[in-house]
Amino acid sequence: MQDIQALVNELVYKLRKRKIEGSDTSARLTVELLRSVISQQKMSENQAASLIEAVREVGVKLIAANPVELAVGNIVRRVLHIIREENLSLMAKSVQGMGIDDQHDNGVKDDDDVAKTLTRSPSLHSLLECLPDSANTFSNSKGKADKNASLKLKKNVLEAVNYLIEDIKICHEQIAEQALELIHQNEVVLTFGRSRTVKNFLLAATKKNRSFQVFVAEGAPKYQGHVLAKELAAKQIQTTLIADSAVFAIISRVNMVIVGVHAVMANGGVIGHVGLNMVALAAKRHAVPFVVLCPLYPNNPEVLLNEMRSPSELLDFGEFSDCMDHGIGSGAPLLHVANPAFDYVPPELVSLFITDMVGHNPSFIYQLISEHYSADDFNLQQHTVS
Amino acid sequence: MGAQKKGAPARVSEDAEELARHPLQAILLADSFTTKFRPITLERPKVLLPLANIPMIDYTLAWLESAGVEEVFVFCCAHSKQVINYLENSEWSSHPNFSVSTIESHNSAGAGDALRLIYERHVIHGDFVLISGDTVSNMSLTQALQEHKERRKKDSNAVMTMVVKKSKHSPITQQSRLGTDELFMAINPDTKELLRYEDKAEYSKGFISLDKTLIADNPSIVLHNDKQDCYIDICSEEVLSIFTDNFDYQHLRRHFVKGLLLDDIMGYKIFTHEIHSSYAARIDNFRSYDTVSKDIIQRWTYPFVPDVLCGNSAIKVERQGTYRASEVTLSRSAQICPFTVIGQGTKIGNDTKISHSVIGEGCSIGSNVTIEGSYVWNNVTVEDGCQLRHAIVCDGVIMKSGAVLEPGVVLSFKVVVGKQFVVPAYSMVSLLQQPTQQDSDEELEYADSSSGTVELPYVNKAITGAVDKVNGDATSDLSESRYGPTSELGTGGVGYIWSIFEGGNDEEWRHSVAPIPSDKLAKIMLEKHEDEELLTQDGNVVSPSGDLKSDSDGNASDNNDDEGSYVSFEKEVEATFLRAVLENHEVNNAILEVNGLRLSYNLASVDCAGAIFYSMMKWAVESSHNAKASELHKNAAAVITKWKKLLKYYLHGIDEEIEVILKFEEICLESCKEFSPLFPQVDDEI
Repeated sequence: MQDIQALVNELVYKLRKRKIEGSDTSARLTVELLRSVISQQKMSENQAASLIEAVREVGVKLIAANPVELAVGNIVRRVLHIIREENLSLMAKSVQGMGIDDQHDNGVKDDDDVAKTLTRSPSLHSLLECLPDSANTFSNSKGKADKNASLKLKKNVLEAVNYLIEDIKICHEQIAEQALELIHQNEVVLTFGRSRTVKNFLLAATKKNRSFQVFVAEGAPKYQGHVLAKELAAKQIQTTLIADSAVFAIISRVNMVIVGVHAVMANGGVIGHVGLNMVALAAKRHAVPFVVLCPLYPNNPEVLLNEMRSPSELLDFGEFSDCMDHGIGSGAPLLHVANPAFDYVPPELVSLFITDMVGHNPSFIYQLISEHYSADDFNLQQHTVS
Repeated sequence: MGAQKKGAPARVSEDAEELARHPLQAILLADSFTTKFRPITLERPKVLLPLANIPMIDYTLAWLESAGVEEVFVFCCAHSKQVINYLENSEWSSHPNFSVSTIESHNSAGAGDALRLIYERHVIHGDFVLISGDTVSNMSLTQALQEHKERRKKDSNAVMTMVVKKSKHSPITQQSRLGTDELFMAINPDTKELLRYEDKAEYSKGFISLDKTLIADNPSIVLHNDKQDCYIDICSEEVLSIFTDNFDYQHLRRHFVKGLLLDDIMGYKIFTHEIHSSYAARIDNFRSYDTVSKDIIQRWTYPFVPDVLCGNSAIKVERQGTYRASEVTLSRSAQICPFTVIGQGTKIGNDTKISHSVIGEGCSIGSNVTIEGSYVWNNVTVEDGCQLRHAIVCDGVIMKSGAVLEPGVVLSFKVVVGKQFVVPAYSMVSLLQQPTQQDSDEELEYADSSSGTVELPYVNKAITGAVDKVNGDATSDLSESRYGPTSELGTGGVGYIWSIFEGGNDEEWRHSVAPIPSDKLAKIMLEKHEDEELLTQDGNVVSPSGDLKSDSDGNASDNNDDEGSYVSFEKEVEATFLRAVLENHEVNNAILEVNGLRLSYNLASVDCAGAIFYSMMKWAVESSHNAKASELHKNAAAVITKWKKLLKYYLHGIDEEIEVILKFEEICLESCKEFSPLFPQVDDEI
């Protein structure tokens, strides 16, 4: 337990100091940490509840460390959901097995409850409606919480988490596999900034000797687009680098816009690198499909947050130090520099989401979310308070 | 660590192993050994002063941690207990892979003493980062470290790498941004070796003199006046031993850097590393405190900004850079302007306007208050209708309703400002009385500050106790508080207004938090302008020897250089002679002294004879002013007989005698007509 605490602290620290950046790495590190948390968790009377509690505790810490890194929170919710689901299926089995023999006071009622929860397919309604804490329901119903069941639960949960880790590892490839269906011969694709998913996607499309052209908008102020252009050119893809401001001028020649994003909101909106909205608007104006590549984990039911980064990415402090002078005039500098990291693209500008399984319409995102997260976990903070 | 890793594969030899064995260390000086932040630092160490509601040392430690430093030695001197307590209770003490240990001292008078002490402890192995606890930065050390190590491999005399930052060159920027003086650096552009380091305190009137050999030895030199010293140094172990060998080194820059550069001891070299996009600045005075705070709020120091740094109490950044902690009670009509920080649990009343300010935790601010460009620390009470402009208000201050702080005011801990009282601009107010010793001499200042720090905890306690009593009295009995310290701050006020120190009226605006008044700015610009004109007028101002002509004597002003030095020689001789007369020196001793002067001024004995005779006569005249000619003669004769031997010593030949007579003639003509009848008589004597 000691070393788990140390591991947690370390990851919290790294997140807080912004040493881990990018949803990919943070997701991976989070899920690996949670796996060790689960495996270290001692056996107890009510295995499911204690597991959930432990994971949530760690999760709250991690999220507080960097609230902007949405992937962390989502992974925590995914893991919680997995625990609940595994618990549920175990319960369902045992309930069925016990059948009528169960003489428990509220056995019948519980049975109903469980069955109802099981049979109800996730819907918008269930998303909005605050469900009763299912863990508690089960803990009541669990008359014979035998060791065997809790052991099995833990095993199942770990297995599922391992699947999740595997999923995260290969999701880029799974997304890339769909490339051939989307990018056709002699098409012109525009992308923005640099995303590993997009790179893999484009590279996958070159298979079968399919040739196409890529426009890369440089993605100021970090200019990650430059890196991407270099990488694509190295892989024999015809690449053109353009300034962000040239997107509108070039968009009429483009067949499709493909971008990677930071997170996807429940309404189908997208949070991405700053400048993305402008690209999306240009695409809409010229009726060019705006395709968003997102691995499963960025799906997010949370509120919008932005991160203001250092202005030094925009301009050199030394050059402008005279404008930043606090000692003159009213004591307030006349020049401010704002450098937000993210942009929000509303759902109506997005044509298609490509997840690791299949393409989705923005209006369908809520469905994905309800499949992957349980409604109880939407607000982790509140649970710890109450 | 990154640097080490990169360096390692290239060299398989033992030094790669050596690098791996030693984690990167840092020495953090939690004491600046100056008195710039008085009166606040009398009660709390500078490194614990809040910078956007987070103690300064946290910024430094966070940076060191992120830069890959694994072991930090915090050197505490003044208020060492407070620093140690803070560190023990902070997250730093329990941090994995980053150890913070403290070294305590009570009698260190400067950075030199500190480093000597650390050397004695034998805790530093290998290269280390030397930084003071008031430096805010977000630069990456990797490259600088790598450069340093590479240089060390080539040349073991490269003992230090100094981090510098470019700042826009404008005559007023240095002054108005960080309140520091202009800095000149001579750097070899190829090797980045630092050849000269001059801050304005050291050279007068904008002249800088370079040694000829410097120009001869280096193919190219670039003189910079647009560099800012970040006070971040990467040092090799030798630095500590250099300090130990030169026990008089105290100040890092003034003694150590200049000592190495000018004295050429052992051929040690200092190099520079310039940073471009990252931020680094040291808080040296109130003005830089203001500037760095605003830079932090504007996120130049990202990721070391309040919302990222702070641990538990979550601070959120709102639109236009307003930082608001949780549980802030804000009246609906209160107006919070951009670039303001508001700490946890603070209450703000109706129609209050706050702009460009930092408000600490647990403050209660009344209605109709205006706070502009000010720094209000924790648990401050500001009653209705107060006005604060560009002021620093420390913990626990109470401002009664209607009180006004004019620009540049500093209120130290727990001061109470009376109703409707207007604290005049640039005043420093403290519960402690101003120390009487005010010496601008550097050495004394060190001694002063160190001795002050040792006894402070006790003084502090005693006085706060007393003040608490006064405080209690003030509320119950107004008349009693009339006299005592309270009267200085209006009715019900508690505290002493310190008299303006050292620089006097002229200097206080330089270092205060308030913006520089426009007339002062104009003055600086004008001065600069004049300087430049001066430079263009006599193009050859930078004389190779570098010493300035001392045109102290009006007579010599139109003479050439030789004459000038003769005049000063004459004066010196006269002074020596007078001393000899007044203190009844032996003649031989007087001869010795005059000889010494003669050698130092490189003059012939002829001049000595003349000068001595001149001073003898002058003495004779002065000892008998308004006297008659005969008495004068008698006097002169007495003097001459008495000091004949001295004069005779220099009268070797006819030349000298002629010189004396000529001199006498000169005296007669010039000063006193009374001498003229004496001329033949005196002549005879000789």
